Amino acid sequence: MATSRDDFVIAIRSAFLKKGNQQRFSLIVLIFFSISLIVLSRLNVPAINYLKVSLNEIIYRASFVVSIPEQQLQNASIALKNHFKLYEDLKITKKKIKELEFEKYNSNYLSAENTRLRKLIDEYIVQSDELVAKVLLDKNSPFLKSIIVNKGSKDGVKLGMAVLDNQYLIGKIVEVNYSTSRALLVSDLNSKIPISVEPGNFLSILSGTGKSYGKIQYTQQDFNFQESNVVYTSGSGGIFKSGIPIGKVKIESNENIRVNFFSNLSQITFVKLISFEKEEIE
Amino acid sequence: MSIQVKKSFFRKLLTFVPLILLFVSVMNEFDFNYLNYKYFSFNFPFILIYYWSLKRSESLGYGYIFIAGLFNDITIGFPLGVSGLTYLLICGFAAYLRNITLRPNLVNDWMFFLFTILFVTSINYFLLISIFSIEMNYYELMGNIFFTFLFYYIFAYLFDIYLKLVFKGNKNV
Repeated sequence: MATSRDDFVIAIRSAFLKKGNQQRFSLIVLIFFSISLIVLSRLNVPAINYLKVSLNEIIYRASFVVSIPEQQLQNASIALKNHFKLYEDLKITKKKIKELEFEKYNSNYLSAENTRLRKLIDEYIVQSDELVAKVLLDKNSPFLKSIIVNKGSKDGVKLGMAVLDNQYLIGKIVEVNYSTSRALLVSDLNSKIPISVEPGNFLSILSGTGKSYGKIQYTQQDFNFQESNVVYTSGSGGIFKSGIPIGKVKIESNENIRVNFFSNLSQITFVKLISFEKEEIE
Repeated sequence: MSIQVKKSFFRKLLTFVPLILLFVSVMNEFDFNYLNYKYFSFNFPFILIYYWSLKRSESLGYGYIFIAGLFNDITIGFPLGVSGLTYLLICGFAAYLRNITLRPNLVNDWMFFLFTILFVTSINYFLLISIFSIEMNYYELMGNIFFTFLFYYIFAYLFDIYLKLVFKGNKNV
């Protein structure tokens, strides 16, 4: 027992009091020196503050230099993280661009409409109900362009409701079942939508072609189409609200005016079903 | 002749690597905290000081360790002397273990390291909280101790290789 205690004391004494070959101070001396510094720091002795200020100047600069490699490593780490996030960022950016495009088209339309309405005060406003539906089937045959959605009469779906992908018109409800409905896409040959081409408020009919684009038909007057023209629903016939964006004009020839749809009709998973009602102003 | 001088200089430089690493780590806060993982940080100077005090005490002189402690206090913003005391206590524990060990064993060293860092961090915590009224996150401190303990094994393994390569033939190794 006593031997064990002696060994412990000897080991401690050797560790803290003995100086190594090239050591100027023993451990215990430096520990006492540290404790003195701590006490003096606590007492806010001016000499310690001067020492600290002087050391700060040197060490902060040295730290900056020494930190450069770690800073580089940090930058590399951030770059790597950004690299892996690139795909997600791209998706978000694309979504934002789509939203902004819609805002732009909407804003263009509203601006044109506003100018028109200044001349003529309308007698009614339009209200709408909205449903979100999942696309169950995507009938993409060459003869019929339609989709089946998981909402039917029990959910309040009615014939003629507009079908939207985000904010863009992609079709209308042509068949309503109890829990499902069929929507005819704007690209179908049977689809005929009253449209307004802006700027210019040119009224016409958009007809589906069975392909990924539509055609402007029944032009009643000469109109100078431009590639920047945007096609909106006109609201004529009272089926759709006016001003829903559909696509952009692409000029193939003088007689052949194509409309490229804003939505990719082959990649739709969720749609919005919207009905419009006219309400008399009291 | 010139090649001999260069070789000798390079060899001499290699013996200073632990000391250089110590000063770089205290000024740089080398702990990968920029990874922003919650509670993840480790104290590299603790590992370095403990290992080299245990295996080859002349590589890091006590005086240099004390100065490194002062540098660390400045970098972190602690009162002067706190880190120095902590580092010197680690040296003391390592020296004690060296004195009582006949057959060095990494696992024994590792366990004693845990005891050492628990003790010195407690002292550090007590000084900062009680004497200087500096707030510290207890959980972050525990995380730091845990990861420092874990990383010791890896760094000790790497330092062992370095020790064999650079100081082979030295009777102390």
